Amino acid sequence: MRKSAIDVWVGIFVAIGLLAALFLALKVGNMNAVSFAPTYKISARFDNIGGLKPRAPVKSAGVVVGRIANISFDDKTYQATVVMTIEDSFKFPKDSSAKILTSGLLGEQYVNLEPGGSEDVLKNGSKIDITQSAIILEKVIGQFLFKSAEEKAQGDKKE
Amino acid sequence: MSIVLNTLAGLGAFVRENLIGLGYATRMFLAIMRRSAFLFKRPRLVTDQVHFVGNYSFVIIAVSGLFVGFVLGLQGYYTLNRYGSEQALGLLVALSLTRELGPVITALLFAGRAGTSLTAEIGLMKAGEQLTAMEMMAVDPLGRVIAPRLWAGIISMPILATIFTAVGVLGGYLVGVPLIGVDSGAFWSQMQGGVDLFSDIGNGLIKSMVFGVAVTFIALYQGYESKPTPEGVSQATTRTVVISSLSVLALDFLLTAMMFSN
Repeated sequence: MRKSAIDVWVGIFVAIGLLAALFLALKVGNMNAVSFAPTYKISARFDNIGGLKPRAPVKSAGVVVGRIANISFDDKTYQATVVMTIEDSFKFPKDSSAKILTSGLLGEQYVNLEPGGSEDVLKNGSKIDITQSAIILEKVIGQFLFKSAEEKAQGDKKE
Repeated sequence: MSIVLNTLAGLGAFVRENLIGLGYATRMFLAIMRRSAFLFKRPRLVTDQVHFVGNYSFVIIAVSGLFVGFVLGLQGYYTLNRYGSEQALGLLVALSLTRELGPVITALLFAGRAGTSLTAEIGLMKAGEQLTAMEMMAVDPLGRVIAPRLWAGIISMPILATIFTAVGVLGGYLVGVPLIGVDSGAFWSQMQGGVDLFSDIGNGLIKSMVFGVAVTFIALYQGYESKPTPEGVSQATTRTVVISSLSVLALDFLLTAMMFSN
């Protein structure tokens, strides 16, 4: 009898551990983002990827349709090659364009796919030709300052 | 001249002793692993020990987890509030618990709660010559006494660390959302957006397994190698806490550098 009582308590202990693991997987972690659905790979070249990282989401209309698989540097064109895995159930026209955007002001960066109008769809290994690089905040601020200084100089001349 | 020579000799003896200890410990670990197969035939030996090291550590782990979560919620809120990003509180609490605090604090508490009692138990068995008596009866104490306790520690540590982390996240939630008033949806969604199942939760679990092996083995080794006197057992118990705490922290640095450095 004593032995079976111990077994019950150990069983309860292990069950609580499993419940905690389940809680971590479902509520704390992004279990939903880990999908084992079949995917296909497409690639795109960007002049500048900013702070894009592998496993960042690929979104279209704000919905996650895939993830960044791999980022590499091409020393022939001096561009970044970004490989994305897209879920098989989502098809995109061949002339879709890819943009690197930021969610919120300080949020993570992701790739946004904007569908084109072509009848053909992107397949495994296809390339996206129309891309827009990440917006680098320093560059934008630099351009803005330069422009306002120029305007001021012109205004001074007129006077 | 003789002072220099004596210092050098002492240093050499120190290094040699430690190297011998390391080699002996490795050999003992392998010997335990070799003798573990028979535990599949007698799983009850392991169950009893899981009850001893796991169940009895449950309360201290759960309560500490709750309070660590409370403190993380409060401190995180005060810091994040300065930058106007208190919505990231859930992410902060969950990441620090799954990656670091969960495995490390659980291992430190486990060394204090279960490690010491294992050392004292084995040490007293040795002082009472029970281990020698077992050998006389052709029962291998490494397999019959040490191996089930080691496996119980390896099984219990990840479970306890998972419980600690889960309770800690709930504690952070309790302080953050109902008490302070962070938005509940933002709390959970930021957490789910930033915590990765494999690289954060999975690596935390691997860490806790490594700590489980280290802490339990150090405790058993110290008990098995203690001097068979009251002072010897008490020294061994102290050494268990010191060595296992230090090695948990050192191992944590190594594992973190390996796992999260990309």
